[in-house]
Amino acid sequence: MDLTLTTYLIVGATFALYIGIAIWAKAGSTGEFYVAGKGVNPIANGMATAADWMSAASFISMAGLIAFLGYDASVYLMGWTGGYVLLALLLAPYLRKFGKFTVPEFIGDRFYSKPARVIAVIALLVASITYVIGQMRGIGVAFSRFLETSYEIGLFAGMGIVFIYAVFGGMKGITYTQIAQYCIMIFAYTIPAIFISLAITGNPLPQLGLGGTVENGGYVLDTLDNILVDLGFSQYTVMKGTTLNMFFLTMSLMIGTAGLPHVIIRFFTVPRVRDARLSAGWTLVFIAILYTTAPAVGAMSFYNLINTVQPGEIGAEEGNLAYENVPEWFSRWEETGLLGFEDKNGDGRIQYYNDGNEAFAATAASYGWEGNELTVDRDIMVMANPEIAQLPNWVIALTVAGGLAAALSTAAGLLMAISSAVSHDLIKGVFKPDISEKGELLSARLAMAGAIVVAGYLGLNPPGFAAQVVALAFGLAASSLFPVLMLGIFNRRMNSAGAMAGMLSGLSFTLVYVFIYKGWLFIPGTNMLPDTPEHWVLGIGPQSIGAVGAIINVVVATLVARATQPPPAHIQELVESIRVPRAS
Amino acid sequence: MASSQQEAASAYWKENVRLMITLLIIWFAVSYGLGIILAPVLNSVAIAGYPLGFWFAQQGSIYAFIALIFTYVVKMNALDRKYDVHEE
Repeated sequence: MDLTLTTYLIVGATFALYIGIAIWAKAGSTGEFYVAGKGVNPIANGMATAADWMSAASFISMAGLIAFLGYDASVYLMGWTGGYVLLALLLAPYLRKFGKFTVPEFIGDRFYSKPARVIAVIALLVASITYVIGQMRGIGVAFSRFLETSYEIGLFAGMGIVFIYAVFGGMKGITYTQIAQYCIMIFAYTIPAIFISLAITGNPLPQLGLGGTVENGGYVLDTLDNILVDLGFSQYTVMKGTTLNMFFLTMSLMIGTAGLPHVIIRFFTVPRVRDARLSAGWTLVFIAILYTTAPAVGAMSFYNLINTVQPGEIGAEEGNLAYENVPEWFSRWEETGLLGFEDKNGDGRIQYYNDGNEAFAATAASYGWEGNELTVDRDIMVMANPEIAQLPNWVIALTVAGGLAAALSTAAGLLMAISSAVSHDLIKGVFKPDISEKGELLSARLAMAGAIVVAGYLGLNPPGFAAQVVALAFGLAASSLFPVLMLGIFNRRMNSAGAMAGMLSGLSFTLVYVFIYKGWLFIPGTNMLPDTPEHWVLGIGPQSIGAVGAIINVVVATLVARATQPPPAHIQELVESIRVPRAS
Repeated sequence: MASSQQEAASAYWKENVRLMITLLIIWFAVSYGLGIILAPVLNSVAIAGYPLGFWFAQQGSIYAFIALIFTYVVKMNALDRKYDVHEE
């Protein structure tokens, strides 16, 4: 069967499944709309949270990132998984015991302050909206690339599907769709990974295959290290950045992960405190299936790609692939623009090497090479994998459905966080506290519909700084939300003045540091220092600064709280009560 | 009665915090210690085709995180029962 038709059928079948779930899981109360009636099984919630968490970036781009960064990409692998340890030990069980609907609601109640709640809503909205733009773009790109529609039609189709299950089903509809989406994306990711691992190392488990040997008997990683050095790149398994920057980047990603509201609210949907702990464990298991596979996919597809263009001895004239002999998948991906070839030295052969390496320039010149001729988009490492491994068309189609599932599930989770903050924290919490249950449910649905329209609009007209701001989402969550949530639980003496001073100082420190390197409000040309490692303070990059912001938040909050009145008695009792699982 | 309940609550909390800190020390040691700070040294040893520091950074730390959370789950369930604060 024709590839496009197969893709339509498989993507269409998954969409029909999501609509079916939407019809079955309609929310009848605010409790069902916001937290799925607190009746989700912890293992099921683990799957839903994994889908909620793993975005289009995790599914499509991460393996490519690992391929090109090698060891240095470990910051993302550790950062985006280690955060769940913090979430499980420091936040999830206690926030579940608190038992309300949103993250700003906890901050507002615990610090007996509407302004604190509003600051938390603002931090939540900035972090979630910037995040959702990327998902919307991912949906549009997937459609335009694989279903031969325009970007706009793809985006509208995605918005329509999310609209059906999120507006009617709220958290309940989103939860059960996310479970289905998790299953689709994990099959789509692991099947090609198993085949590529079998083909290269003979071991079906990618996690073991990455430590296995290639045809000539050498280890995969050793071989990759050697080829890369011979082509003027750094070794794959060796650190290229600085230890300090890696340390802080990992820390920022971990703290940011634990502080992202769309992840935290998923733990409000389980029945009991101990289910929240258990659910965090299962979440990480389901995430780890993809995250421990990704390094193998990255390394092996990169190895495959290099071997394809450099099949013979490096430097020998015959060593490079002649352009007229490229395999079929190569031509197909050239059409999409993800692979690019420019014959700089006019020899009709493809040279892929590091032409930015001055020490290697003389060697390259002696080979008759006049610059790197192959440009590779990192997304290809996942998307082209099934074709490189010569798998049937339905596996390729499944990969497209998996990428869409990853983008849709994360978008829905973010939209849920955004709409509940608007309807529950702003409308009910601040503007209209006497709103009826029915009225709030209606306003929640309207907020969801509005959020989808805004996200769609931003997906169609992405602000130029969208990519920059995504890195900031983690910094914001790390420097503002996580520290006050943690202090609210672990420091009984923490009061409203301390929490607000902490949030504002952490947030403004992080923003200013980022703006100095990225431009004020991300306006190009207004940056005060170039965004290069030699200008970073102590070599800590703007992406890594969230952890420092978090430390500042904790220190300022603790000092201010000590200098001001302790919180009232009923707040201290609230803290006591969230610390024990059983309701008193 | 009230004061003994308070004592029990504070003993429960202390044990909880001690467990949490122990697990976070392991969390830190595996990822930041073995995966980042000591990675260059550990890379000189290879086990099953993986340079050891690289393995901790891209595989081992993730497995350790899972083990840590499930250890926490089991120990906290036991602690909840010991202090009779577990849920139905």
